[in-house]
This record gives sequence, structure tokens and C-alpha cells, in this order.
Amino acid sequence: MSTDSRLDTSKIATTNGTSAATTSKPGAAGSLATWADDRLGLAAAMKKNLRKVFPDHWSFMLGEIALWSFVVLLLTGVFLTLWFNPSMGHVTYEGSYDQLRGVGMSESMSSTLHISFDVRGGLLMRQMHHWAAMIFVASMMVHLLRVAFTGAYRKPRELNWVIGCVLLLLGTLEGFTGYSLPDDLLSGTGVRAADGFLKATPVAGAYMSFLLFGGEFPGESIIPRLYIIHVLLIPGILLALIAAHMLLLVYHKHTQWPGPGRTEQNVVGYPMLPVYAAKAGGFFFMVFGVIALMGGLLSINPVWKFGPYDPTKVTAGSQPDWYMGWPDGLLRIMPTGWESVIFGYTISWNVMLPILIVPPLMLVVLMLLPFLEGWITGDKRDHHLLQRPRNAPTRTAVMVALMTFYGLAWAAGGNDIIAIKLHASINQITYFMRVAIFLGPILAFWITRRWCISLQRHDNDKLLHGYETGIITRSPDGAYAERHLPISESAAYTLTARDRDEVFHAGGDTDAAGVAAPNSRSERVRARLSSWMYSNNVQKPTRAELEAAHHHAEHEAELTSGLDHPVDGHQFDDHRLRDTDEVPLRDH
Amino acid sequence: MRLLNRTAGRLSRHRRGPLAGLVVLLLGLLISGSLYTALAPAQAQNQASETDQVAQGKELFLASCAFCHGKNGEGVPTVRDGYQLGPSLVGVGAAAVDFQVGTGRMPLASPGAQAPRKKVAFNDEEVAALAAYVASLAPGPAIPNESDYSLEGLSEDERDEAITRGGQIFLTNCTACHNFNGAGGAMPRGGYAPSLHGVEGKYIFEALLTGPQNMPNFSNGNLSPEEKRDVIAYLGSIQDTPEYAGFTLGGLGPVSEGLFAWLVGIGGLVGGAVWIASHTTRSKKSKVDA
Amino acid sequence: MSNDNLSDNTPAAYESHVPAHREAEPIADPGLPPHTWRPTDVDPKAEKRAERQVAAMFIAAMISAVLFVVAYFSFEVGDNWDTFAGLGASTLTLGVTLGVSLLLIGIGIIHLARKLMADAEMVEMRHPAASPQEDRDATVAALNAGLDEAGIGRRPLVRNTMIGAVGVLGLPAVVLLRDLAPGSALDVGRLAHTIWEPGMRLVRDVVGTPILASEIEIGDLINGAPEAMFPTEENGYPELEGAEEQSEKAKGAIIIVRMDPDDIIPAKGREKWTVDGIICYSKICTHVGCPISLYERTTHHVLCPCHQSTFDLADAAKVVFGPAARPLPQLPIKVDEEGYLVAQSDFTEPIGASYWQREKQS
Repeated sequence: MSTDSRLDTSKIATTNGTSAATTSKPGAAGSLATWADDRLGLAAAMKKNLRKVFPDHWSFMLGEIALWSFVVLLLTGVFLTLWFNPSMGHVTYEGSYDQLRGVGMSESMSSTLHISFDVRGGLLMRQMHHWAAMIFVASMMVHLLRVAFTGAYRKPRELNWVIGCVLLLLGTLEGFTGYSLPDDLLSGTGVRAADGFLKATPVAGAYMSFLLFGGEFPGESIIPRLYIIHVLLIPGILLALIAAHMLLLVYHKHTQWPGPGRTEQNVVGYPMLPVYAAKAGGFFFMVFGVIALMGGLLSINPVWKFGPYDPTKVTAGSQPDWYMGWPDGLLRIMPTGWESVIFGYTISWNVMLPILIVPPLMLVVLMLLPFLEGWITGDKRDHHLLQRPRNAPTRTAVMVALMTFYGLAWAAGGNDIIAIKLHASINQITYFMRVAIFLGPILAFWITRRWCISLQRHDNDKLLHGYETGIITRSPDGAYAERHLPISESAAYTLTARDRDEVFHAGGDTDAAGVAAPNSRSERVRARLSSWMYSNNVQKPTRAELEAAHHHAEHEAELTSGLDHPVDGHQFDDHRLRDTDEVPLRDH
Repeated sequence: MRLLNRTAGRLSRHRRGPLAGLVVLLLGLLISGSLYTALAPAQAQNQASETDQVAQGKELFLASCAFCHGKNGEGVPTVRDGYQLGPSLVGVGAAAVDFQVGTGRMPLASPGAQAPRKKVAFNDEEVAALAAYVASLAPGPAIPNESDYSLEGLSEDERDEAITRGGQIFLTNCTACHNFNGAGGAMPRGGYAPSLHGVEGKYIFEALLTGPQNMPNFSNGNLSPEEKRDVIAYLGSIQDTPEYAGFTLGGLGPVSEGLFAWLVGIGGLVGGAVWIASHTTRSKKSKVDA
Repeated sequence: MSNDNLSDNTPAAYESHVPAHREAEPIADPGLPPHTWRPTDVDPKAEKRAERQVAAMFIAAMISAVLFVVAYFSFEVGDNWDTFAGLGASTLTLGVTLGVSLLLIGIGIIHLARKLMADAEMVEMRHPAASPQEDRDATVAALNAGLDEAGIGRRPLVRNTMIGAVGVLGLPAVVLLRDLAPGSALDVGRLAHTIWEPGMRLVRDVVGTPILASEIEIGDLINGAPEAMFPTEENGYPELEGAEEQSEKAKGAIIIVRMDPDDIIPAKGREKWTVDGIICYSKICTHVGCPISLYERTTHHVLCPCHQSTFDLADAAKVVFGPAARPLPQLPIKVDEEGYLVAQSDFTEPIGASYWQREKQS
């Protein structure tokens, strides 16, 4: 008896097709499955998961880019370890790159040059590894943004959000340890800056630096230590957390966009086997292919031009890889002289604030976002339907403000490159950034929230008065008006498939016995935050309002055709009326 | 110095065919021959023409340079103490003039943070005249000869050594401002270290010697002429070396790489995701057999 | 992941998690739209065409993979790189053939999924993330029974000593890391000193030649090093090796500039630290330790390429811009009897980035 024939799809899935997915006679695959199940008993678990449903939307594949680039990293990374020698032992380079032949360097640099110039495909693999790393972190970030903007981090997925944030942190550290390994001039400059960051730690800083470097900077231990962190410690944790991330994804089932037939109670999409597996598998090859093309065509980290690390040398444009760019930017825009000496001990605010305080704080804020939101809204429901960013204006605005902060800090990290490319002064750019880093996010928050609310109004307009057809009609007395037509039922349903926001009122609630809830301080804070979050939002119309609006539109059309009053260009909608306060549809 | 300890290898073997040596030899003979015929008579007349040249230079100077640098090249101070409309040119030498005027930086089109390289305003003869005039004001660095900055006459091994050493000197003294690739970099208050790509060896030598604008000097007592030559040779060699790794993205380091990771990598892959999840075309027909 | 308990997977069970006050939706859910067919479902010609397209992509992918092998063996790397339009032929062709092959496989599979695989959407019911109440009760009961049988709660002595024993195990774990910097390698006092000593010559970095004060012109910038970093039989300095060489190099780097002596704003106590306008500072930025030498000869400013701290070398290297807080340490110099620049002493304060004990060590 094959697993296939035992699989009763009718219980776990229905389909909108005309026929159920067909089951075939046990073939070769079936007998292999029987053999395996006799020993592993997998059928019980597989029967549901083989045809597990995944909703289809491009934004649900962003995390996949991260997953697949991680696989590419593992593959190319293993290739590189076959030749890479993580040693700081001193050798004289005698390989094929002419301009460095005869120069003393560490074995790690020398073996990196060997991989680049004397191993066929070695340079390709190095570049693919590096591009994949950049894409890995970048895709985690866009995935994070998608999850945040759609509210997918709400209950029950808060823990998976936290895991994702840890993955982002680990990916960043993995990147830093990785690009430091070749021991070239650029990465060595980065390691020395990291040494400066460690030393800025109060009390134990110098000792932390000495312990990490095995003595005074640079020592001979840092590369082997970073190597084992890079190839074993962090990848191990990454793998475990990725597995946990995916298990939770499967357990919770994927979120989906609301729409006809797509509710909080179900998930609509393609079965894992075959369509989703094919799309995901195909996407793996695409990610791999794009990285291979980039590795073959675009130069990245040309260590041979930097030369080996030498603590007395430096190059213009000494930047970290992009994902370390924003703390670097914060470092750059710190005002002069922020260092204090208290009781003879030095506290370097100029390093601590941008490196040791703000980035960890940002990470904590990021991790707490779903919990903060959950506390403010008091929403204890499970959420599987995504929200359009406009329907959570405050959250969207907070995210845009965080992005603006990040983006400005990031740009500040490239201020010298911006200066030469735009013929500007780095000093002026820095002064600008010192102000913009505070004003930018506030402005972004305000603009985004107003924008979202306007879009909500627009949605309600479409529901109540239909969409703008672009057909201009002219009335007998010469006025022009655009004709509005009702939107389709499914589009209208999709627009209304969202929750009404409920502002939390402190103390206003009474429990079942009619006793007023204690009006504690935290309740009041919560009420104020809830009002800040929701009170400006536009709520979807009620059924009665919808019916009234449709009825009104018909009536209006009749009136105008009868020339009851002068046509003012609004005979197909009710903008004229809405400008007065008579129509209570818009603001709640 | 481990630097000089080399055993094997020649520079850029890949660029030479078996006949290349012969071609180079013939070319060298041809060039040196024609150069000799061109220059020999000039040298004979040298003494006589020098005063003419200085006079011509002075004339050009008064017309094009004196407004900022003074009638006698003494410089023109502004009202603010310590600032100058144009610095004194006494003692800057012919090399400084050849660099500034020969690369088009002078005459300045408009005052700014820095004099940019632009179209050269004078012909070679006029540049030489101006240089001769300024050199006549007070002794200063002379225009270098080609032999000062070319590796002619060195053996293959010596050349390779020179290039390697030049690379290390370049990374120590030059990359801080001009970037590892010679692509240039930003300096305070709108200043910049210009790109070194395609700059003639002569001008690099002169810039090192005279420290144009805000660039520090690397006078011969600081960086010997051989060391300057090595730096020039290194710069030449990295420009001649093929880009083994693909397009260099401007050679600006991690900033441009990050930009490409986002635009090409993430941009392309998100585009792929949109395609994967997009709806396929639908038919109005329905399946008959089902 | 066999958590899908079918009996709990009904909408009714799930509905209980939805608050009752939810009002009726303004528009009723019209339900999933009916499935429509693709041209490939209903038109055998289109189906065949799609099949051929997918197969063509797979065949092209095969060809590209074979070309990868051809490129691998035909293009030289190493001493004699083959080039193609100024680019390395090996990297270029390997990357392009591999990339094209992978992309074609990927696009082919997805094309197959989009055009030829059954594309009827399925509906699967969700289940609440929480376990059913009876499961929770049973788990709590099992947990309590287990703890009760263990008796740990009733025997605080055992419980507390056990927690203590496991906790103290943390000490060996931490102590074991002490020798990450073994023995005296953890002596942070080393940060306060460099290899500079009275009478040590200043030499040019890379080439290691000593510097005649008379050869330096106004406007010159020299990236310098202590002579001890270039030991020869002549100067008699001991050969440094490995970590020590690197750390001394990292601390001893200097920049030497010469400016008009009148430009120098004399700092108190440092009047005799310069030689006729020649002034020498640590090359290591006081911010986080990047070497700096982006010197502007007219303003006497030096810029750090890492975070743009700018120091005025004419004014005791005070910070004029950027995040650094302290001036660059100045190296007191003089000339020896042969006219070469030498150090009067070591730096009088720790060089480079700040750290907690810095002031105590100055």
C-alpha cells in the first residue's frame, strides 16, 4: 500500500479546481516510500505536509532569497576552506600575482591570493561567496521589512520575529568575521577599528581587546579565532535558528493576503508538492545563478589591490561592507570631542554611543516591536491575514522612520564617496547628517502617516463611490464631471477585509460584574498610546453606510438627470456633499 | 628587506608573445633615433633660445597669470591676513608650472575648493615658455626627463622588483588620499584627491615633486627619484593588468559593491520573485474532458 | 510537524479564538473565485509548446554546464592568465556559464510549474497555535507529577546545592578563557609605551632609510617609522618577530611634516619638540586607531579616511572636525650629530584609541 493511496486529501484540503488532485497507482516512487516508511514511519507526518498549502505572493519569497543565498554560502564556503589557510604566520608571497611577489604577508592573505590567482574557479568562488554574503544580509532585511509592514509579526508569530532578528544580527557578525579573514589592508583596517570599539568599553575594554587578540593588537591569533567563529560557531547557530524559523513557519502556516475565500481560518494557495516545491526549487537555482553571474562579472573585494594588512597603511574609502555601514555612519557624524574623564578613567562617548549603545538598542527595539504593539492594542487574537501597510498607518510610519534613521546613518557611512561623486564637501554632508538624523525620522513618520491615512480615505471613496473611470461627461449646462463606477464585488470585499481599530480606553471598561477596572498608571499610558496609534485612522464603512452611499449615488444620478439643481460636476459621486459635514462616512 | 627577496617570475608575461621582444627592440630603436634627430639641433640652439623663451614666457605670464600671482610672480595677498588670491611662484620651479598649466589646472577658471583638471589652455611651446620664465625667478624643481620616470634600461627582474616596491610605497604614501586603485578620494571642505587613472608619468612625478595645491610634497629628499619612478611604474602596471575579477564598479571599495548588491542582486531577485508569483495568462475556454 | 490535529482543525474550534463582538462584515465574502484554465490546460498546442520551451531551457542549461567544463580546462590562470576584453577569461567564462546554466534550470522549473503543473488552488484549514485545553491540562499534570516524584521541591537542601553546583561550574568555563591572552600577554600596560626611545632615528616607512633634516622641504609629508623596525647589522637593533613586530609597528608609525616655523602655534612645553618647522606626530588616529596621513599642506590639516576626524598639525594636532576627542600624540624630535632626525623620547602619552585606564597610564 503506497503512501499516496493512504493520503486522504479530502480531510485536509479542498480545491477550487473541478477535480480533486488525482492519486496514481503505486509505482517505483510508491514502493520506495513503502520501504522507507516500514523503517522510519514517516507517512504519518508526510501525509499532511506533502500537500501543505503555501500562499503565492512575490513578497513571500524574499525570505527565500536569504535561505538560498545561505545555501550558496555553505557551498562556496566549503570550496574556499579547501585552500584557505587561516594563519597569521609570516610568509613571502611567491605566487602568480606580479605586483605583490616578494612582499611579506600572512599565510591567510597568501592563501587568499592563491585561491584568487592559482586555483581555477577560485576567484569566482571567492566573489560568489562575498556577493552571496551581501545578498544574504540584504534579503534578510527586505524580508524583515515585508514582515513588519504587513503586520505578519503579530500573534502568534512574535517569537519567529525575534528569531529572525537574531538571524539578522548573526548574519551581520558572520559577514564581518568573514570579510576580515583575508587579512588584507581594508579588512585589517576594519579589525583595527573593531579593536578601538572594544577598547572603548568601560572598565574591561582593554582586557577584552587583549583577550580577543591574544595580546596586544594585532597579535597572531585574531585570524584563526575569527575563522573558527566564521566557519563553525556562527554557521552552526545560524543553521539551528534557520531550522527553528522554518519549523515555526510550517507550524503556524504562512500568512496570506485577505481576499475572496481567504480568511483567518484558512490558507489558500498551491500545495507544497508539486507547485510550491517547483517554484521554491526553481528560485534556488535562480538565486544561485544570479550570484554566479555577479561572481563572474563584477569584481568584489580585490584584496590584491589592497595588499596585505600593514598597521601603518590605509586607503581612502575605508568602509566596511554595506551592512556594517550604518554604525560606521553614526561614528562619522558624532560631534568632536565627546569623551569624558571621570576620576581619571576615560569614557569614550564618541565610540560607545554609535557602536556599543545605539545599534544594540535598535536591535532590542526591533525585537520588541510586536510585543509593544500587542500591549498597546491589547489584541490577543491570532492573526493570519496580512494588513496592507496603509491600514496600519502608525506602524508603517514607525517603520519608515526607523528606515529613514537607518538610511541616513548608512549614507553618512559613505559620506566620502558621496562627497567625491556629488562634488560636495564631507564637512557639509556631515553637518547635514548630524541634524537630519534627528529630523529625518520625525518628518518621515509624519509624512508616512498622513499618506497612509489619505490612502485609506481613497479606499473608502472607492468602496462608497466607485472608481474613477476617466470618462468625462458634460451636462446640458456645460459642467464637466468624471463618471464613477462601482468596483467589483471581490475588489470591494478585499478592501473591507480588515479589522476595525479599537482605541483602548483606560478605566472605561467594566468587567462582567460591572466593577470598574483599576485605572492604573500603565493603563493610562496604554490608553494614550492606543489613541496615538489608532485615533486618526480611517475605518472601513459599515454595511449601512455602504448601502446608503450606493442608494445615494443612484438618487443623485436621478436628480441630476432631472436637473433638479445645477450640475456641479459631482453628480456621480458626492464630493460636493462630503465637503460639508453632513455625511458621516469618512471620519470616525 | 624581505621585499627584495624574489626568486622567480616576470611581470605580465601574458601580455607578450614570442615576437614582442623583437618588436619592442625595433620600436625602441626607431623612437630613439627619431627623438635624436628631433632634439639634437634644439640642444645646439639651447643657449641662444633660452632668453627668448623666458621673454615669451613673461609675456604670457603677464597676460594670463599676473592677475592672481602678481606681476613678478610674488603672489597677491587678500584683505584677510594669511590668505592669498594667488600664491607666490618664486621658487616653485618649472616642474610646478608644467604640472599646473600642462594639465590644464591653471589658469583657474573660477575660484573654488580646488583647481580641477581641464582642457589645456596653452600649447606645449607656451607651457615651456611659462615654465622657463617662472624657473628664472628663483631656482626650483626642474621638469623631469623621461628617463627619471621610466623603467628603461632595467633588467626584467629589476623592473618587477621596482614595481613591487612601488606598490608598497604607493600603499604607504598615496592610497590614504588617492585610494587603493588610484581612483581618488575626498578631502576636507570639498577638496578631493583626484583620480590617477591615465595621468602621465611626468605629471605624477611633478606632482610628487612640487605638491600642487593642498597635496604635500614628496621632494627628492623625502621620496627619492627612484622611489617616485617605482610608484609611477606600479600605477602603470595596475592599469595594464587585466581585471581578473570582472568589472571594477569604479574601484571605490565596499560602497559601490554594496550598491550593486542591492541594485543588481536584490533588485534582480525580487524581480524574479515577482515573475514567479505573477498570474499566468488564462484561457476563456474550459477543459472539456476533465 | 505532526501538530495538525485534524479534530481541532475545524473552523468552529478556531472561531472560538475570535472575539464575539466582531460585527457583521459590510460585504459578505464572495468565496474563492472559480478556477479558470490556462491555455496550456485546454490547448494541446500550447501545452506542447510549453513542454518544448521547458525542455529547451534544460538542454541549454546542459550545454552551458558543459561549456563550464570546457572553459575550466581551456583558460589558464596563475602565471599566464588568459584575458577576454581586458577581463580575466577564466573567472568571466566560468561565472557566466555556471550562472546561465543555473538560471536556465531555475527558469525552466518555474516555467514548468507555471504552465504545466496543476495550478488549482487548494484550501487548507488553519489551527490555533495554542494546544487544546485538555492537552495543556494533561501536560501541566504530567509536569507536576514528575516534579512531585522527583521530590526536589520538598528537599530544599538538595535543590539549592544542586543549583549552586551547576552555577559554580560557570567559573571554570570563564576561567578557562583567561589564557586567550596567556600570562603577560594580558598586560594592558603595554598600550602606554611604544618602541620609540631617546636617540632612535626616524626612518622612511617601507624603505627604512634615515631622514636628513636638511633634505626635507616645506610642504613635505613623510610616512615614517622607528628605525628599530628596520634592524640591520649597522644600527644594531634586534630583529623583531611575529606578534611583537606587528604590535610595535602598529604603535610606532609616525607622520613627519615640515611647515614654515612661523605657522606652528607653539604648545606649552613643546617649544623644543620640533626641528626648524619639522614636526612629528603619531600616525594613529585617537578615535579608533586608523593610520592617517591625508595631509593638506596649506591648511596643515590631516584627515582620517575612516571617520574623517581632522587634526590641525600646526596647532598641536588639535581636533578641528570629526568624532575624535584628543589631539594626535606628538613625538619630540631633534637632529643627531650627522643631521638625521631622531626621537628625544618615547611618546609622552598612549597613542591611538582611548581606553578606560588611559589617563592613569599617561
